[in-house]
Amino acid sequence: MSKSAKQKSTRGNAASAELLSEREMRKIIEDVLRLARSTGAEETEVHVDEVAEALTRFANNAIHQNVAEHGLTVSIRTVVEGRTARATTNRIDEDSLRSTIDASLSLAHSQPKDPRLLPLPGKQHYRGVHRFVRETAAHTPQERARTVRHACDLAVKRGQNAAGIFASGQTQTAMGNSRGLFATYRETHSEFSITVQENSAASWAKANAASVRDFDPQKLAEHASDKAHRATNAQELAPGRYTVILEPAAVLDLVGFLFYDFSATALADKRSCLNDRMGKQVFGKNVTIADDVYHPLQLGAPFDGEGMPRERVLLVDRGVPKNLVYARATAKAARKKPTGHGFALPNEYGEAPMNLVFAGGNSSLEEMIASTERGLLVTRLWYIREVDPYEKIMTGMTRDGLFLVEQGRVASAVRNFRFNQSILEMLRNVELLGPAVRATGEEAFEMVVPAMKVRDFHFSEVTKF
Amino acid sequence: MGRSVPTGSGQVLRPYFLRDKIHDFMWDLCTHALDTARLRGATYGDVRVMHLRQRDLTTKNGQVGTLAQSESIGLGIRVLANGAWGFASTDRLTRDGVAACAAQAVAIGKASALAKRSDVVMVPEDAHVDSWQSAFRKDPFEIPLETQLELLLAADAEMQRVKGVTLTETDLQFRKIDSWFASSIGSRIHQRKMISGCGVTATSFQNDEIQKRSYPNSFGGQHALQGYELVDSLDLLRHAPQVAEEAVALHSAAQCPQKTGTLILGGSQLGLQIHESVGHPIELDRVLGQEANFAGTSFLTLDQLDKLRYGSDIVNVVADARVEHGPGLGTFAYDDEGVPAQCTDIIKDGQFRGYLSNRETAHLIGLKRSSGTMRTESWNRLPIIRMTNISLKPGKWRLDDLIADTGDAILMETNRSWSIDDRRYQFQFSTEVAWEIKGGKKARMLKNPSYSGITTEFWNSCDAICNGESWTLWGTPNCGKGQPMQTMGTGHGASPARFRNVRIGAAFSKS
Repeated sequence: MSKSAKQKSTRGNAASAELLSEREMRKIIEDVLRLARSTGAEETEVHVDEVAEALTRFANNAIHQNVAEHGLTVSIRTVVEGRTARATTNRIDEDSLRSTIDASLSLAHSQPKDPRLLPLPGKQHYRGVHRFVRETAAHTPQERARTVRHACDLAVKRGQNAAGIFASGQTQTAMGNSRGLFATYRETHSEFSITVQENSAASWAKANAASVRDFDPQKLAEHASDKAHRATNAQELAPGRYTVILEPAAVLDLVGFLFYDFSATALADKRSCLNDRMGKQVFGKNVTIADDVYHPLQLGAPFDGEGMPRERVLLVDRGVPKNLVYARATAKAARKKPTGHGFALPNEYGEAPMNLVFAGGNSSLEEMIASTERGLLVTRLWYIREVDPYEKIMTGMTRDGLFLVEQGRVASAVRNFRFNQSILEMLRNVELLGPAVRATGEEAFEMVVPAMKVRDFHFSEVTKF
Repeated sequence: MGRSVPTGSGQVLRPYFLRDKIHDFMWDLCTHALDTARLRGATYGDVRVMHLRQRDLTTKNGQVGTLAQSESIGLGIRVLANGAWGFASTDRLTRDGVAACAAQAVAIGKASALAKRSDVVMVPEDAHVDSWQSAFRKDPFEIPLETQLELLLAADAEMQRVKGVTLTETDLQFRKIDSWFASSIGSRIHQRKMISGCGVTATSFQNDEIQKRSYPNSFGGQHALQGYELVDSLDLLRHAPQVAEEAVALHSAAQCPQKTGTLILGGSQLGLQIHESVGHPIELDRVLGQEANFAGTSFLTLDQLDKLRYGSDIVNVVADARVEHGPGLGTFAYDDEGVPAQCTDIIKDGQFRGYLSNRETAHLIGLKRSSGTMRTESWNRLPIIRMTNISLKPGKWRLDDLIADTGDAILMETNRSWSIDDRRYQFQFSTEVAWEIKGGKKARMLKNPSYSGITTEFWNSCDAICNGESWTLWGTPNCGKGQPMQTMGTGHGASPARFRNVRIGAAFSKS
């Protein structure tokens, strides 16, 4: 079965593949459920995920890598006698699906009973979200190449060197189970990022959205080019504590490391920085954080790995951590309602908020600079890792544009610093917030965050450029 | 067309693939993809069919966590068309499916040519027809699942018995990867790799502090190109109690001081130090700016080759993918561009001697042949320059003698965090535990240790390296690079070593 579905799914020309229809996705799920009924599985859950992505990569002002992929996976979880396990394949002929069901059952049988295992959920109702843009799904390598050519020509004209990516693609997921649950979601996405180098200096810009029309690659290229020029002749400053103006990408990549701390499982495991801190004034009163997949700047499915509807959850209210997110099992243990943030079972991590939205303010970047007597303007951060999980001390580097601000003006470029900074302390020291925007970096998944002006940010060492 | 002789180590499979129906099928797909690409205008093509199988087992707090297995099979084809690269992949393994995929790759290559500055040039390589599989004694996919889970649950229980432990975790991971590589110059290479990994971790939360200890390494333990014999050899059960006891003991240990002083690094931490401050900067694609937008560039600009004093005289580092180097995650018979595994001097007697190259970049540093480091995560990813086994050669010291020879120092073990700038100059690492060395003896435990420095200054401060007795080929299974992101396993042979005048403790400084 489903061979014809796969045949349809790849057209084999330069354009992106055409995804299966919802009917075809449902047919795969129904076929698996039918096959599983004859194997002794008491309950069965099926995930079908399809991806068609293309990415054009450029460096030294020319395309050097250019790729496309299409794939479909079927992931099957069976439940038998209070035990569960998962097996996954990308082969969808009947024999392969039958083998995958058998593999899942064999894994399930090998373990002790899990008294906490819940029956699969039944049919659910989901809010509609529309994040599929046909024009983006049909974006071609020729269109990407022409856009890249324009960006590179700009760098060549200015004696600079450009590198980056232009990607577009579409994904869909469908899940169903033997208790009648069925959920499906598809989205498109596009991304452009560019690093422009001038001599030993560099700067960077990046955007990511459901539609390829939601950003202007040439403007991003011009922005990175202008900033790279301003980043030349960097001076070395002494490490220490500085007021910083963090652009949204820098905020994202740092605060993004907080997301798992809001997992009920993380607290139960005592590995969250919020253990013994819920309900207390942990952050400044100007910090409010929610998880909201329905926010207009967010992407993502309106259901979780167990098929539960995602809910908007207020995580931090004016600096006080108020709520956690719950999968079904952790919700039952805590006598709460599941919030629709569970990972596909079985897993040891439970759940996490994946669509963080920070409340913004009304200060523009220019106003933050103008209000700063002495500080640093940070474009982005790099190679961030956790040094202390409870105080949430993170280390990392500044990258691609660090500037000294003096007397309300950007004065000069500065050599990159290493920071060792507690995120908890940082979010107590926020002086100004910009409007919240969809930010994208390289260390955390996309979120809606504002630029921030933060006092006493700790830089411990300086590098050589 | 030349024909290579299979390497001596590892099991040489006689050309069973020539008579095996599955292999015939795979070669037919490869040939059909290459033929289609040529007819569509490609001047070069290479194709990989890969079949990946993985099993993951974990426990947490005495319960089974993840219990899953997966398989993935598909084809990826890379072509040169109009002098530029195109790559496409598909899981539709029919003649029509791979023909469509090959046609798509050529169309993408032609689109790439719209924004090229010059045509791609590749150094020559012989055609190779071969089959190889990594050696293993016990196939982990044949060991009963019950046996594997019993081991993890028993190790988990051993850690749970220790008072003060608040989280226990164990894991086993196994991968079996078959790849069929064919290229338009006539190569046909089948390789099978068996990879195993395992580890245990205990975490303790007390008094506003989270402390953790892991064995045999953090972030998933040790990984190697071996079968279940790796798990047997590491004896998780015996080490579990000590891991748990140390996690709890860290709460009452003294804080690692902030100072400049002598540092001794344990082997696994030194392996990661090599990875970050030698392995990445020598990737020639990074040096040439091809990773500038993501993974970064390198301080090892081309003018540094054969001139830079990278380390002290005793520092010798090689990139060695050959079987005789050991069962590392960077061991293979051929890379994913069809180039045989090699050993390249990277640092010899402290001097910088070599980069990791591929067929496209080798000529830019005057080489007539690629150093054989093109690797891909899966069938749907483009091969890129990757570390193989980047290893520090053993020195002369026994570990006990080295400690006895050291007056005051700090010995740091087992990585907790790692970070380095995007040109690989300035780094900072923290480890799970440290031990004070006083008067040549291992003294009290220290918590929250960290050290930092500048790459070349650090390697030039190395004045003692332990011998082969304490040398281990560590596996780093989670190296990320490329866009789309690829995760690759790399190997790093290292024994404990001593470094002078190192900045210690900066991660926890307040000013």
